[in-house]
Amino acid sequence: MARGIRDQVAIVGMGCSRFGERWESGADDLMLEAFQEASADAGIERDRLEAAWLGVFYQEQSTSKSGLPLSMALRLPNIPVTRVENLCATGTEALRGAVYAVASGAVDIALAMGVEKLKDTGFGGLPERPKGTFEDLWQPGFTPPGAFAQLGAAYAAKHGLPMEEVKRAMAHISWKSHENAALNPKAHLRNRISIEQILQAPMIAYPLGTFDCCGVSDGAACAIVTTPEIARSLGHREVVTVKALQLASSNGVELSHASWDGAHTPTTRIAAARAYREAGITDPAGEIDLIEVHDCFSITELVLMEDLGFSAAGRATFDVRDGRYDRTGAVPCQVDGGLKCFGHPVGASGLRMAYEVYTQLLGRAGERQIQRAGRAPALGLTHNLGGIPNRNVTSIAILGLMDT
Amino acid sequence: MRALLALGVYLPRWRLARSAIAGAHGWFNPNLPKGGERSYTSWDEDSLTMAVEAARAASGTDTTHSAFGALAFASTTFPFADRSNAGLVAAALGREGALQVRDHAGSQRAGTSALLAAFQAAADPACPATLVVASESRRAKPASPQESSYGHGAAALLVGHGEQVLAEYLAGTSITADFVDHHRATGAAFDYTLEERWVRDAGWGTLLPPAVAEVLRLAGVTAAHIDHCVLPASLATQKAAAKATGLRDTCFVDTQAKRVGDTGTAHPLLLLAATLEQAQPGALILVIGFGQGVDALLLRAGTLAGTPAAALGGFTKALQSGRTDTAYTRYLAHQQLLEMELGMRGERDNRTAQSAAWRKHRTVTALIGGRCRDCGTVQYPLTRACVNPECRRFDTQEEARLADMPARVKTFTEDWLAYTPAPPLVYGNIAFAEGGNAFIEFTDAAPGEMQVGQAVRFAFRVKDRDTVRGFHRYFWKAVPAGTAGD
Repeated sequence: MARGIRDQVAIVGMGCSRFGERWESGADDLMLEAFQEASADAGIERDRLEAAWLGVFYQEQSTSKSGLPLSMALRLPNIPVTRVENLCATGTEALRGAVYAVASGAVDIALAMGVEKLKDTGFGGLPERPKGTFEDLWQPGFTPPGAFAQLGAAYAAKHGLPMEEVKRAMAHISWKSHENAALNPKAHLRNRISIEQILQAPMIAYPLGTFDCCGVSDGAACAIVTTPEIARSLGHREVVTVKALQLASSNGVELSHASWDGAHTPTTRIAAARAYREAGITDPAGEIDLIEVHDCFSITELVLMEDLGFSAAGRATFDVRDGRYDRTGAVPCQVDGGLKCFGHPVGASGLRMAYEVYTQLLGRAGERQIQRAGRAPALGLTHNLGGIPNRNVTSIAILGLMDT
Repeated sequence: MRALLALGVYLPRWRLARSAIAGAHGWFNPNLPKGGERSYTSWDEDSLTMAVEAARAASGTDTTHSAFGALAFASTTFPFADRSNAGLVAAALGREGALQVRDHAGSQRAGTSALLAAFQAAADPACPATLVVASESRRAKPASPQESSYGHGAAALLVGHGEQVLAEYLAGTSITADFVDHHRATGAAFDYTLEERWVRDAGWGTLLPPAVAEVLRLAGVTAAHIDHCVLPASLATQKAAAKATGLRDTCFVDTQAKRVGDTGTAHPLLLLAATLEQAQPGALILVIGFGQGVDALLLRAGTLAGTPAAALGGFTKALQSGRTDTAYTRYLAHQQLLEMELGMRGERDNRTAQSAAWRKHRTVTALIGGRCRDCGTVQYPLTRACVNPECRRFDTQEEARLADMPARVKTFTEDWLAYTPAPPLVYGNIAFAEGGNAFIEFTDAAPGEMQVGQAVRFAFRVKDRDTVRGFHRYFWKAVPAGTAGD
């Protein structure tokens, strides 16, 4: 009987580059920037790494295929480096590889690196990726905002809400991320904007306007993982461990079966149930202190609040506008600015979320540090939705202090 | 008896007001016509997609079981010079296999020649029915008279044997003469057109009378007894024709120049379809095709003429589906006569892996999905494993044609970021009436027109153009119900 991943592996050091339009930096520069921070944080030099996982999504834009770009950028000592890619769950997938390697006992210390260099495309928004020889023959030539916008009309129709009401909640979500990112020196978009500005922005893909879409950024984030025992032996007093690490992949239901209503993400519900079970969580909203979810678009964050079990069905718009997910709310969500404002270098995003949870759990978040009833937070969740609502990969990581 | 059993007409939704053309070119040529409108194809339509829609209009709701054993497709604007265009129409109709297909091309007479050939083949009572489709989408130089006078459209006529019919075939004849009233070289974009008066006098004037005389002789009918004459030409030409042939001045049917324009090879068939909507049973109908000679066909309206059966997928319905357009640059862009800034997203390579396309060609070209033999779940696309989470059995799928199945919009977006020649790209999820979901593009949907729950039908359209290799990819798109062809 598998016992799950809970408390078997410690994150002993993390690093995250500044996100943004890093015209001066290539993927190798960004990886080095993130690694130097993590290495200093962990007190682990690169020669102690025994295996590494590299997560990069649009390798066509920035790096070659394989694990080589990481090995070359850091001049790693010829260790195994595996490249992984699982859409926007790529960063968490890299973490999963490294964590499982340590948990298996095969290695003591492993590195998970995620990177994306997007701003060499020559245009705004994400590059279009070929879908394969068959799907290009019939699927729409969609963009990410258009594919996620599908959630909007369906959610409004399902819950009988006027689109203006849904749009107001979506605007609150983006407003909140701008407020939070203003306190985050590494975030891509740090300006404050008003709800009215958000609502009046040009339409990108109905019902999503410009400010309903996340930043397209360059960046890298990484984690060095080891056993809790080694972490302690290195002098780390408070140890952050992995409580749960789950993936759920679509099997075609959202694409082809009548049962999907277009207004929710089934894989999130499945991955969340598994992750809560693995972490021993029975009351997510009561037990989890902060969440970093896949807010690629404001509507995504809205429906995820229900899919992750933090809002009751049909209540997300009301909870959002009541401030439940604000930095000072009951369930702080995207306290670092999220994909929306921290930015979304795809391969790095899952690890960037883990970086924020890790930073918050260790009480190092400075101006944006959250407090839970006078104490530092003890448990945080990250969530990625890779792909599009019609077919996707959800990854969920739950991180916490060792003894909680 | 040899007869017309069914008819279908398709006109693209867009109708360009001639005043918009004249307005754009007033500085260049102040004498362009300002009245009426002409039909034109959207960027994702061509003669082939229109032919499919006309054929579907003629076939009722279930094209796969329509009883025809041959399909003839006539056009001078085929998308492919070497790939059976009729074969592609048949594939889209779900009718590959035991079927004879023919492309008729090379002249504006190709439509009537295809029709005549089908009637002549039907002289053998064992000959299976032929679906004759004619379709045209000619481009014209900006500010040319043809830009105003041409229209785009398609008509389909089912030729076979029967008693309760739209029209009975009486006689037909052809005259061939290499008379060059206009021409278009292979690969050329536009027609080169000669003086109208010379064409009227030296062309129509000399070639039409003997053809009419011959067809009347074959049927034993005199010119004065013709009730309706389809003569796709100017009023002046019609007048001269009446004088030369003895046809009555009043027998000429409206050429729809005001509302549609001249749809080339399709035009005589389209006007015949329009005539059969109105004609009284027993009326004599003469149909003329002109182009390097003359085709003349004589028909007698049958018992179905003038009944709802003649109007079901007919001309009036297609005409009423139009939307007047006054944006001249939209017309130019849709005709690929204006190079718009399509952005870097438009630079993607659209190479088709033909081996993969062939493996999936029924899924893609005929919109065939699956229906699980065990659980009954309808699904798109068809794969070897049932998508129903309660079933998921392997190899239980039977083919289910979805192109003719009603559906509703589940959700949608209007995407201003995505590449499309006509922004926004509208797409979404639709629910088929018998179950199943598809993530699909919409077309002929203006911004603000789509709604959750709205009924849609499916139309065969251009999906992508591969300009590097000269290949066109086709697929089905959802169209708001109540528009063209519906």
